[in-house]
Amino acid sequence: MAEYKKPTSEKEFQKNFKQKKSLMNNTEAYYESSRCLFCYDAPCIQACPTHIDIPLFIKQIQTQNTEGAAKTIFDANWLGNACGIVCPTGVLCEGACVFNHQDVPPIQIGRLQNYATNKTINTKKEIFKPGKSNGKKIAVIGAGPAGLACACELRTLGYTVDIFEAKDKPSGLTVYGIAPYKISNEEVLKEVAYLQNQLGFTIKYNSAITTKEQLKILENKYDSIFLGIGLGKTADLQLDGEDIEGVIGAVEFIEDLRMHHHKVNVPNKVVVIGGGNTAMDAASEAARMGARKTVLAYRRSKKEMGAYGFEYDLAISAGVDSLFNVAPIEIVGKERVEGVKFAKTEIIDGKLQIKKNNVFVVRCDMVIKATGQAKQGSFYELIDDLDLDPKTKIVVNQETFQTSNPMYFAGGDAVNGGAEVVNAAYEGKMAAQGINQWLTKK
Amino acid sequence: MADLSINFAGIKAPNPFWLASAPPTNSGYQIMKAFEAGWGGAVWKTLGVPVVNVSSRYGSVNYRDTRMMGFNNIELITDRPLADNLKEIEEVKKYFPDHAVIASLMVESKKEWHQIIKDVENAGADGIELNFGCPHGMCERGMGSAVGQEPDVLKLIVEWVKEVAKVPVITKLSPNISDILDPGLAAYQGGTDAISLINTIKSIIGIDLDTYAPLPVVDGKGTNGGYCGPAVKPIAMHMIRELAQHPEISKVPISGIGGVETWRDVVEFILLGATSVQVCTAVMHYGFGIIREMETGLRQFMDDKGYNTIYDFAGKALPNITEWKHLNLEHKVIAKINPDKCVGCELCYIACDDGAHQAIALSKDATYRIPSIIEENCVGCNLCSLVCPVEDCIIMVQTDDGTKHSTWDERTIADEVPVTFNDDRAGGKGHFVPKPTDALKNNI
Repeated sequence: MAEYKKPTSEKEFQKNFKQKKSLMNNTEAYYESSRCLFCYDAPCIQACPTHIDIPLFIKQIQTQNTEGAAKTIFDANWLGNACGIVCPTGVLCEGACVFNHQDVPPIQIGRLQNYATNKTINTKKEIFKPGKSNGKKIAVIGAGPAGLACACELRTLGYTVDIFEAKDKPSGLTVYGIAPYKISNEEVLKEVAYLQNQLGFTIKYNSAITTKEQLKILENKYDSIFLGIGLGKTADLQLDGEDIEGVIGAVEFIEDLRMHHHKVNVPNKVVVIGGGNTAMDAASEAARMGARKTVLAYRRSKKEMGAYGFEYDLAISAGVDSLFNVAPIEIVGKERVEGVKFAKTEIIDGKLQIKKNNVFVVRCDMVIKATGQAKQGSFYELIDDLDLDPKTKIVVNQETFQTSNPMYFAGGDAVNGGAEVVNAAYEGKMAAQGINQWLTKK
Repeated sequence: MADLSINFAGIKAPNPFWLASAPPTNSGYQIMKAFEAGWGGAVWKTLGVPVVNVSSRYGSVNYRDTRMMGFNNIELITDRPLADNLKEIEEVKKYFPDHAVIASLMVESKKEWHQIIKDVENAGADGIELNFGCPHGMCERGMGSAVGQEPDVLKLIVEWVKEVAKVPVITKLSPNISDILDPGLAAYQGGTDAISLINTIKSIIGIDLDTYAPLPVVDGKGTNGGYCGPAVKPIAMHMIRELAQHPEISKVPISGIGGVETWRDVVEFILLGATSVQVCTAVMHYGFGIIREMETGLRQFMDDKGYNTIYDFAGKALPNITEWKHLNLEHKVIAKINPDKCVGCELCYIACDDGAHQAIALSKDATYRIPSIIEENCVGCNLCSLVCPVEDCIIMVQTDDGTKHSTWDERTIADEVPVTFNDDRAGGKGHFVPKPTDALKNNI
């Protein structure tokens, strides 16, 4: 059932993709902040991957020290503004709020956080200074959340930082990969510009590092290298017909949408394959782009989906239908996609069995594969002695984020396999401290 | 159904809810509107030689999301000509003959007192209230709290008033004094028919952090105002109790003023001996309609307890209010946490550890956030139960068997109290206190 009209203008697109967590106004922030109990050893702090002193920044908002609140937030998380908006707060800080135990709505921590940082960013007032120069230089590969957090932290420690970014915008998946109803490009880029202006790291855009020679140059020129390279393109499903027109990876689809908004053509019938948060986003987005029928297909049961419940609910509320316990076995179509052939699945002895004798076709004009991104495996081969785990994730020291090649540090999706912006922000920051420790000791 | 009507020193009113002399009683319009809404009486905004007021007159203390928890004003007595006020008093009495209209007065000379009393009586006022409390502006001119702070002068003026007054006289006291019994006794001895208190408390409500001027700001400057609102209620209650327990002063009725906003406040005031209450800030905040909550609540309370009139329970708390030296030192309570209700905020822990007696322990399991009471350390101070955000989660449980009774007074007579600095009879001797250096290890 279609809930949304196909957007034909930027205005219509904005209407369909209205930001889910709206910015608080002063009055709302005042009343909401007044509810915080200022818990001792607060569970929200423990639940935040970056351990922001949440009761403190809420108290600071309450006393109209908004700038102080922003500083408290950025001190712990350099992407505090974006995280306030895109974090799955219901399962992190807000999920841990003690009010949940007495059936009182938890404090809206994410929105309060966004309120403080957004307001401070808009003043353009500088609240951070780079550290005194120590003469050392660090190269950061990838201007995603991990790389940016690492760069900011390194600047406060006095390092010169150059970020090498393959694309033409900073923030990685925050700007290319998050559903547009969660955060706008302006909101993301504003925060990066705010921090870059006062901390002064450089970002070299359209500067993909892809060869051993390039890495050698970096190794010679810089004292250490941070890898914040994320993951690659959507992985292949190895299905017949996968290469025909109309089959697209979710990451690529979302990136197209983030960059081109209403100009992206989404046909009437869309099938989204996958059960993770990205699948929910892609399905939701297809529906909001006016697809008359969007079907989410997952090979296991609803209970086993990797997606958060609220993400699934959001997709359903956008008008998405769902199919569970079905696996795609073939993409049907001659020149363009015409449908997906599915087989029913069953769990036998804990293993997923595909019942080839029970198949059916769902007609569609577009297939979005949200079945995970491939790792940057070929790139890793360019780095000497870089240990990877069996899932091709970079192995790091969990405290310093140093890789098996001591000159290299890493964080973000390339290390954790694909997590939230907040996890990447934390790992990037910790890696910066790891780099500082290593170079100071050296 | 309970009968709320009162006879306060001869002033009859359909209920004990009166408006205090203040901005809400500035005009006949407001008082008529209030009587329509259900108020039983009103003390007219103080009459005298009209003043000139400043613009920017009120300031407030907002606590978290609560507006006007405390309130102050630098407004003076009426700035309207006496004749206008008298005409309106007459008109109000014509429409509401059974409601109490009391004229608050503040003038300087005996002659003026005698004249204005005659004027308001002629206009139909049911009583007079002498404003000896206003702590700003008027006191600089020798009136208001300047009188309230000088018991001899206060007594003299009450005597002047009583020489001529035909209607009952209420003396309104200022709390800006070290012992309320001094002006209370002076008023009684001067022959007052009743006492009302408290007037506002001298205060600076706030400072503007950009201009460094006190609030409310009048062209860059400010002055002390009179503090009132819910925040002052405990001070008012203490002073009402002091007068109500005094053997002589208590012979005249007390009209209680200070932070009354809800029926609970009203009942508390009556339990302390007040037989009418006066309200201002609550009306300035919510309008006259706030009476609905007060009246229905008071009626409900009286029906539940089986009281027919407010006199059935007036002063009922007084026998239980005694001096510290008469409190039972054998009575012991300790805190008890209900784990089913606890939400794990750990405020009780930190409040006790930092602010009281180190009698609450955190669980050793980091995933279990319900603290526990260290019973042998608990002195029964109540702090944890006060900070706990969950209703009835921490309760104080009596642990003595109730058979023993000894007070400081009794122990003093029996020579059982500590008298030297290192006396073994010190109450806290041997009580557990962590070592000073434990503070440095306690960084859990």
